Amino acid sequence: MSNEKTSFVYVTYIRSTPEKVFEAITRPEIARRYWGHENVSDWKPGSAWQHVRANEQRTVNIVGKVVEVTPPTRLVITWASPSQATDPSSFSRVSFDVAPYEDMVRLTVTHDELEAGSGMAKGIQQGWPIVLSSLKSLLETGQGIDVFAKPKAASSGSLS
Amino acid sequence: MDADKVFKALGDPTRTKVLDLLYEKNGQTLGQLCEHLDMARQSVTQHIGILESANLVSTVRRGREKLHFINPVPLQEVYERWVRKFERQRLSLLHDLKKELEGD
Repeated sequence: MSNEKTSFVYVTYIRSTPEKVFEAITRPEIARRYWGHENVSDWKPGSAWQHVRANEQRTVNIVGKVVEVTPPTRLVITWASPSQATDPSSFSRVSFDVAPYEDMVRLTVTHDELEAGSGMAKGIQQGWPIVLSSLKSLLETGQGIDVFAKPKAASSGSLS
Repeated sequence: MDADKVFKALGDPTRTKVLDLLYEKNGQTLGQLCEHLDMARQSVTQHIGILESANLVSTVRRGREKLHFINPVPLQEVYERWVRKFERQRLSLLHDLKKELEGD
């Protein structure tokens, strides 16, 4: 296996406030409305966080640690599949940067330290654009989009 | 941000090539991108500027380097706005046809 790392930078502009965008990431009752998942943590540096499917099964799909929390402008977390959580090298890193931009908010999601070509790298490439466009839709129109919708022939493996 | 800007940005073979190059290998410098494009560096810079203003490319400074990343979020928005509803419509047309043929 090569240890080459890869990274992705996603940007969206949302007509909202930095506080609302930050809360939409960190508060489970908002995240479930556009992500189908909740991000559960006390959001203190060093604490654990979990990405939990917002249904009856409450499946934990991603785990990690909170690295940096500066509401409402910056949040950094580590990110791994629960099945790989014993392997430190499987953890990637996600940084959310929230900045006012004219009358909008510029949200930058940087997902780095990813193993190039891994299932996780492929999954997040499908997932983040959908999640961010659903977040934008929720904050601007009050409605998210169905993040689990996919064309009939598409493979699975979104951000789940 | 703006669907018109997205469509305009996509309506040029050099710019779609830049997106393809970044899809293959994300986070490239201007120099790396220029190696695959048969035109002056300055022209490439202009094309990238149009992609950036459509939010299809984002840039990150790392030390002295400026790295370019493909940002598909606006494409997802175009997909939601322009593709998904036709997919739904097509599915429902097929459903109607099936009902018609099966006499249900």
